[in-house]
Amino acid sequence: MARYITQRLVIAVITLLGVSTIVFLMLHLLPGDPARMIAGLLASDQDIARIRIQLGLDKPLVVQYLLFLGNLLHGNLGISARTSDPVLTDVLQRLPATIELAVISTALATLVGILAGVIAATRPNTILDYVLSALTLFGVSMPVYWLGLMLIIVFAVNLHMLPAAGDDSSTSFILPSLTLAAFSVALIARMTRASMLEVLGQDYVRTARAKGMRENRVLLRHALKNAFIPILTVIGLQFGTLLGGAILTESVFGWPGIGLLLVDSIFARDYPMVQGIVLVFSTLFILLNLGVDLLYAYFDPRIHFA
Amino acid sequence: MIGLAILLVLVFLAVAAPLLTTHDPVQQHLSTVLRPPSLEYPLGTDYLGRDILTRLFYGGRLSLAIGFLAVAIGLIFGVPLGAVSGYYGGWADLIIQRIADILLSFPGFLLALSLVSILGIGLQNVILSVGISAIPSFIRLVRSSVLSIRELTYIEAAHSVGTHDAAIILRHVMPNAMTPVIVQATLNLGTAILTAAGLGFLGLGVQPPTPEWGTMLGEGRNYIFSNPNMATFPGLAIFFAVLGFNLLGDGLRDALDPRMKQF
Repeated sequence: MARYITQRLVIAVITLLGVSTIVFLMLHLLPGDPARMIAGLLASDQDIARIRIQLGLDKPLVVQYLLFLGNLLHGNLGISARTSDPVLTDVLQRLPATIELAVISTALATLVGILAGVIAATRPNTILDYVLSALTLFGVSMPVYWLGLMLIIVFAVNLHMLPAAGDDSSTSFILPSLTLAAFSVALIARMTRASMLEVLGQDYVRTARAKGMRENRVLLRHALKNAFIPILTVIGLQFGTLLGGAILTESVFGWPGIGLLLVDSIFARDYPMVQGIVLVFSTLFILLNLGVDLLYAYFDPRIHFA
Repeated sequence: MIGLAILLVLVFLAVAAPLLTTHDPVQQHLSTVLRPPSLEYPLGTDYLGRDILTRLFYGGRLSLAIGFLAVAIGLIFGVPLGAVSGYYGGWADLIIQRIADILLSFPGFLLALSLVSILGIGLQNVILSVGISAIPSFIRLVRSSVLSIRELTYIEAAHSVGTHDAAIILRHVMPNAMTPVIVQATLNLGTAILTAAGLGFLGLGVQPPTPEWGTMLGEGRNYIFSNPNMATFPGLAIFFAVLGFNLLGDGLRDALDPRMKQF
């Protein structure tokens, strides 16, 4: 067990290092002068020289890389080219909004997805099953940004029930959360259905039923707990899609999280900010997958962690 | 086969666009701005007076082409890397897999978005960015099929009669490893179209006035009060294209390899 956890931790650290390297190289792999890219087309030669020194671009690449990693360890993600604030300060200020959206959507998606999947799996090849299957297929095929706009048109423009954008009102979170959850609901429902169908055909489920156990208990205690590993994997994997979707969802709804900040920063050519946010997003994803890996141990004691 | 039918219709509408409509997809008509649907303009006109339906037909050309080209990039780089990784193992495998791991730890859309932010806005860079972000999943997939095929008796037989590694990979391993790749490529076409349209929606993809579904949707978001059709229909087009590829991919998987039936 301890060995499994150590191994997962080491892999997570190596991946984080790799991601930081790629984020660092983002600016340097390209032909052309990063200082000129950051400064923009209209910058004077003095401006470019100033930026080069400010960002340490005049030093050798290896030195820059080591400085970059050293700074990361101290939580220094650089200075925003646009606001001149430390990147970390701006990111930390906007991060809670993104986390709020991601957590609400994941919770919603897990709850609704598992429920829909279990319902479909217990009534295979009925009309209800077909309807749920069609809905989940629509769910994974729908562009999040389009769903968001459609929800705005229906609930904000036509029905005036919910705010269209921003996070000023206590009901502001509803439309963005629904938008972001839709894809994950569909994915989790599909996985739950498949996984449950497989488990429900197993001998121990028949045994549980044969000894007269109530159906609900069979489903929850015996079937769902064993079907949960692949579901958990999907919940972990979809979190990546969810974070990606958050960028688009925040942009649709003007939701003040780091996704919106990322898009704004790309347009403003604020590369230190872009690098910082990409790093934060990837770190979140890696940590979450680490969490999922560790949860496996709880749900399946048989995983003996080769 | 519903999936294939949907896709054939979309491809037909895109290819036959000039025969289906007499309007120009780009030419502005400031006298017919934001018209509601009518006989002449079945879905109304956009903020520059252009027929929305016409732009949808022409937009399909780019949106579908971007999807195909991006997946082609994913295949061209992902399949050989995956084959080498799985067949030879050792250091090559270790390095290729770590790179794939790292690329896969950029959550979905973020990798393509980061690449575009560096490469710059525009059609070519969108294709390149979406294509590169498709590479790691193909590496993974091909590697795992090759790993299992490598151990089979007929590969051993090919070795023992002195066939070169390259010939074994090309003639004996790859043909048998391609089934899951075809399924994955079909499903990836849907993802690639979604991602590329997402970049277009943010304004980082194909630039106006060129019609592309994502870019059209992005322009439409500013007019949801005056003409919601500008946003509704490009989104529907993307939805049907992705749905078509998902249905086709699921169908191919069931037809080609029943053992893979998971989801």
